[in-house]
Amino acid sequence: MANFFTSRLFFISLACVAVAATLPLYVSGYILGLLTVAFYFGVFAMAWDLLFGFAGEVNFGPTFLIGTGAYTAGILNNQFGWSVYLCILLGALASVVAGFVLALPALRVRGPYFGLTTLVAVLMLQNFVVVFADLTGGEIGLTIPDVITINAGANYWIALGFMTISAAILYGLSQSPVGLVLQASGQDPVQAGALGFNIVKHKLAAFIVSAFFSGLSGALLVFYFGTASVGTVVDVAVGVNVIVSAVLGGRRTVLGAALGAIFLIVAGEFLRPTGELATFIVSAVALLVVLFFPGGFLGAALSREARS
Amino acid sequence: MLALQILIDGFAISALYALGATGFTLIFGVSGVLNLSHGAIMVAAAVAAWAAASVLHLDIYTGALFGVGVALIVSFATYFAVVKPIQNSTRIPNEEKEIFVLTGTLLWGIMIQELIAYFFTNNAKTVLPIVEGVVDIFGNRTPRNNIFTALVCCLVIGLLWLLVNRTRTGKAVLAASMNPRGVTLLGLELTQIYIVVWGIYGILAGIAGVLLGMFLGVSSYSVGPLTASAFSIVVLGGLGSVSGSLIAAFVVGYLETITAYMISPAYRTIPALLLLVFVMYIRPQGLLGRR
Repeated sequence: MANFFTSRLFFISLACVAVAATLPLYVSGYILGLLTVAFYFGVFAMAWDLLFGFAGEVNFGPTFLIGTGAYTAGILNNQFGWSVYLCILLGALASVVAGFVLALPALRVRGPYFGLTTLVAVLMLQNFVVVFADLTGGEIGLTIPDVITINAGANYWIALGFMTISAAILYGLSQSPVGLVLQASGQDPVQAGALGFNIVKHKLAAFIVSAFFSGLSGALLVFYFGTASVGTVVDVAVGVNVIVSAVLGGRRTVLGAALGAIFLIVAGEFLRPTGELATFIVSAVALLVVLFFPGGFLGAALSREARS
Repeated sequence: MLALQILIDGFAISALYALGATGFTLIFGVSGVLNLSHGAIMVAAAVAAWAAASVLHLDIYTGALFGVGVALIVSFATYFAVVKPIQNSTRIPNEEKEIFVLTGTLLWGIMIQELIAYFFTNNAKTVLPIVEGVVDIFGNRTPRNNIFTALVCCLVIGLLWLLVNRTRTGKAVLAASMNPRGVTLLGLELTQIYIVVWGIYGILAGIAGVLLGMFLGVSSYSVGPLTASAFSIVVLGGLGSVSGSLIAAFVVGYLETITAYMISPAYRTIPALLLLVFVMYIRPQGLLGRR
């Protein structure tokens, strides 16, 4: 951990954050809005990477955690008019409960079976939102009366700060002894258990941490959008984007996941002139990265640094 | 009266689910690949059959054959462009190949879906049915196409059974699903078996896709739900077990039909999902799965 503060990665990240923090001074509100969403997405991807890259759990349902946090916060604000910050906190806590629910099958089933369970969880949440339309706004979406702020620059700084702090915590966790135990139990649970580590406890912790950050980010995102809808926080396609971001940026790197998410969202926007082909191009690029650079962006860069 | 209608309607949809899921489970059984571009291949077949009829003005039978042919080509493309490079890659650790195949086929499926949307728009397309008109079964007016769909599905599944159990190639496929290493030791090339399996899979998915196009109609939005339903049927039945998938397909098909008739079409998929969660908890390996 100590040598991290002298490593090149630390200075590069620090420089990136410093440059990013000055952006509101000279770029348009449109770009700021785009990056704000990208930063929240980055947190989704990092939280997913903690679960997959380290705990080895193939979670097809990141949006189950994200959506629970987002909708809880949104509904509380819409129904009771509680303050924004209280709603965000309660949203994150609801997401932790959801993470706990998701962790139960994970301790029983593995691989594709667990993957399907998480997928089903998302579909159930989606059905719930549609069926209880009075409460959730259904397919049209939930209108949220309050927002954190309407200033594009302030929103951007909040998102950037939130992503930086989350990245620091998640990365720190992944490099700590806890992260190593998690990695060991993901790769060989029997052997890790034989070494005397409590796998159940570690995995449960990973789910809870991942859920907390997913839910928190989801709740912040809906208060930025001013609306919560299935298409933005629950749909399987959103979850796919989170997974693709993490794999693209480099799994098991945490920071790479945020990079992948920012790339995915910014690239999608730049390709907007190509119309309907934009998603095709982004998917094709992602597929090529998966096939030829399986380590992802950051994985490729880190292995080059390690070799030299 | 209602019961009979549910019985007839449910049978056609269940048979269609069974056909779609059989190819999916076969691939998993033999090569351990969960092909998440499954829905995209089915939709590609249906859209190709539709395009052959309405753009190229071919007759219905040629159109249907064209659709199946396209599915076959896409299936081989999936194997050679996505699955094989990942399986043979030296840079991907073996224990992570599963997630890479999942991600790769998922992206591949999205690419196919977007191409279909780009060239043929997102609008729902209905392939002209081969048989038209309705027939009266004990007072229930049933489209002939329903009966035709169910018959073709049963026939194709029967042929598959014969192929797997009665021919030399089929037995090799069956053996590969039991023990790949043993098959290699007997001097059979595993790659060739994989190619055969992807070929069978392409034809099955193609037929299922074209029939679905005639029965319900498809659009590029159906890709995700189709993959998800095949995935859940296969897991419910037990991964790799063809007979398990057949049973599961009928369970899911009837459960959905009953819900749609008795409660509301809006809740159609919910009981099947609940059943899936329930089975996952008490019997994680599925109805007939081996661990």
